[in-house]
Amino acid sequence: MSLRTLPLLVINMGGEMLYILDQRLRAQNETDDKALRGFWSEEDRKRVLNDIVRTMFSKAFLEELMKPQDLYSHKALRCVLTRLAHTSIMRLNPASMDRLYDLMTMALKHQILLCPRPRDFLLISFNHIDAIREMVTDSPSLVNQINDAQRQIIEMYTPLSDGELQLMRQTLLALFQDFHIRVSIFLKEKIQNPDGRFVLSTSGPVPHGSEVPGLIRWFNSRGREVRRREFPSGGCYTSAVREGSFDISGDRVTRLGKNKYSATSAEDTRTSDTSKNTSKAKQESVGPNPLAKEELNLLAKLMGGMEVWSLAQADTGIRVNLFPTDEDDGGISVGTDEPSFGVINIQATKDHQANTELTRIAAEFTEQQDQPEGPSNKGDDLLAMMDDL
Amino acid sequence: MALHYSIGHLKGEFPFKMHLNVSSRSCNVSLFVCFRGNCGGLLSFICSEMAKMYHKEKSIQIKSSASALYNNLSVLRIAPRCLTYFTVVHANVVNMVSASWDGLNYSHRQLQSKEGNVATSSSLIMQAAWCVLPSRDLLVLTSQKGIQMYESDGSIMVYWHALETPETPTAQAVFARGIAAVREKYICVGVSSGSVLVFDVPSKGSNITLSEVLEEHTEAITDMASECSGSMECIADLVSADDSGLLCVWKSGGDFQLLNKIPGFDTSCSSLKLWKGTVIAGYGTGQIRLYEGVTGILHAEVNAHARWIYSLDIAPFTGLLLSAAEDSLVRVWHLTITPETNSVEIEHLYNECVTDTQICGAKFCDGDGYAFAVTGYDLSEIIRYTQA
Repeated sequence: MSLRTLPLLVINMGGEMLYILDQRLRAQNETDDKALRGFWSEEDRKRVLNDIVRTMFSKAFLEELMKPQDLYSHKALRCVLTRLAHTSIMRLNPASMDRLYDLMTMALKHQILLCPRPRDFLLISFNHIDAIREMVTDSPSLVNQINDAQRQIIEMYTPLSDGELQLMRQTLLALFQDFHIRVSIFLKEKIQNPDGRFVLSTSGPVPHGSEVPGLIRWFNSRGREVRRREFPSGGCYTSAVREGSFDISGDRVTRLGKNKYSATSAEDTRTSDTSKNTSKAKQESVGPNPLAKEELNLLAKLMGGMEVWSLAQADTGIRVNLFPTDEDDGGISVGTDEPSFGVINIQATKDHQANTELTRIAAEFTEQQDQPEGPSNKGDDLLAMMDDL
Repeated sequence: MALHYSIGHLKGEFPFKMHLNVSSRSCNVSLFVCFRGNCGGLLSFICSEMAKMYHKEKSIQIKSSASALYNNLSVLRIAPRCLTYFTVVHANVVNMVSASWDGLNYSHRQLQSKEGNVATSSSLIMQAAWCVLPSRDLLVLTSQKGIQMYESDGSIMVYWHALETPETPTAQAVFARGIAAVREKYICVGVSSGSVLVFDVPSKGSNITLSEVLEEHTEAITDMASECSGSMECIADLVSADDSGLLCVWKSGGDFQLLNKIPGFDTSCSSLKLWKGTVIAGYGTGQIRLYEGVTGILHAEVNAHARWIYSLDIAPFTGLLLSAAEDSLVRVWHLTITPETNSVEIEHLYNECVTDTQICGAKFCDGDGYAFAVTGYDLSEIIRYTQA
């Protein structure tokens, strides 16, 4: 369908990935387990994020993405995102990458689905970009790189009509069709149902440019309103709020695309919480969603110092079922074979000798051998180019 | 359908005039509460409750979920065989179900998109719809690669038309979308470039030919509709819409004649109907507009939905109108059109909320509007409703 979707898809998915990795690496530093604390130092964390951001927003990479082309398949997309993650010193094994990909996918599916009007997807993308810019704010060259990229995106997408943007949205919805993976943070916040479907509200402000349903107006042949009548709209809608900014910076208004996982101060958490489920604000005044923190903290125990993970070990040792499987529950799950756990465990290893050039090359070589079956033809050029970066 | 009224009184202090609209999330009951009174006086209120006009029937399961595409449901009623056919598009496949009226027999068939010389393709299908002509019914599929036409049961493909694709991909997507059967022998299909292809269809056989290409739109065609009242007196036969909201009204013939161009307001018109000369258009803003086709005069504008409208349908014998949108709501309206006096009346009748679903297709199952069916993104069923 739309041939312009790929750049926004990669930036949004990449953004979600950075949110999770950032939270992971921070939490690791704050853990009570003295054995693990400080393995990923503040400097390491910044370096990982900077490396990934540098590649993601490089001119060559974006240029390749912006060529008119169909969307990549999930396999190819996962490959690209894995390569992105591995431009840093961090290594994720396939099982971790799978889980990370699932989480990114569901987060993005939620954002696209709930997007009030197709143009707001640009605002969601800008929320991601704004957050990424914050993460690398210490590095002016990276900030410039991001700003340049954002200018390109503004230039490419803001002139599109609503119909073309809806086509893009439909293309993305086609990519995420039939994904019903349950994510504990979404279930907890009541934005996802137990069957994996997202909750769609029938209340709130209407999208910018729309009118609150409930009115019929009649006009005469000269275009003057002659009569009006109301009807019961069955929902609880209010007028549209102000439009978000489509500039390099500005208030985007929408909360979709902002960082759900940020380990922030109590005050920050409160503001982000009040717009969501109020019961969540009641249970926790300090720190982010405790469940999310817990499952992500589990990763901290595994992230440092573990260089070799076998898949079998990883599966039995790490997976924690925080929610009972729904298969016994009389058919709630709808046509999906996905298991119902909502835990994302990221096993990552740190390359101790990352500083030497030789070992870096050796690591690349080993990694290629471990890679699963190659990506589809689409994206091969992109991956080849990423190798050169 | 029944309206129940209760009248009550409350004593207290109230503002002079306050209108309160309260609705339950299930959307089957609506209250209009109107407060009138002066400070310290007596409050009278009238409460009206809408009884359920339709009730939900057993859903039909389909082999794969519906894709988020405009007008993603087509229904064909075959009275002599007591069957109804339904089609729902999923990516590169069309799910076709034939349902017997007694509800006992369901049979499924899947049709795939085609490409070049290859019988099956991964190219995405944009729309599937039945075209009812006096002599035959054809099932038309439009995809990124071209247009496929089948016998009405989907058994044999009788025609394939490949879309012209540029040699080097441009940023503009290429696809066909918007299907309408016009008068006795035309099938019209829209293209992403804005062209409307007019196919001449013989009463039998596969000798279908492209007779004309109409070039008025410059944006991608979204939907097309032909006059469905059955009246031969209507001048306008076909209306086409595009992403800019522009509506073109046509008269069919050896050469199609453009009767009128109704400009859009830069909001995409995603679904169209044409009944008794009146164009009924659904927009991305959630509004429905009723235009007089030939003159372009706007009769009425309805703030119908809170999200993008995905489907409109009309029951030609009764004037019932169905609208469905991404806001999870299906609404039923009643249209009364008197061409002689140039009057158009629209009245809201009923709401149905399909919880947590972005609806992508809604169609009446019969010409009276006695039953209707609904599809939603990611849903693997066709939900049906019948009048209570």
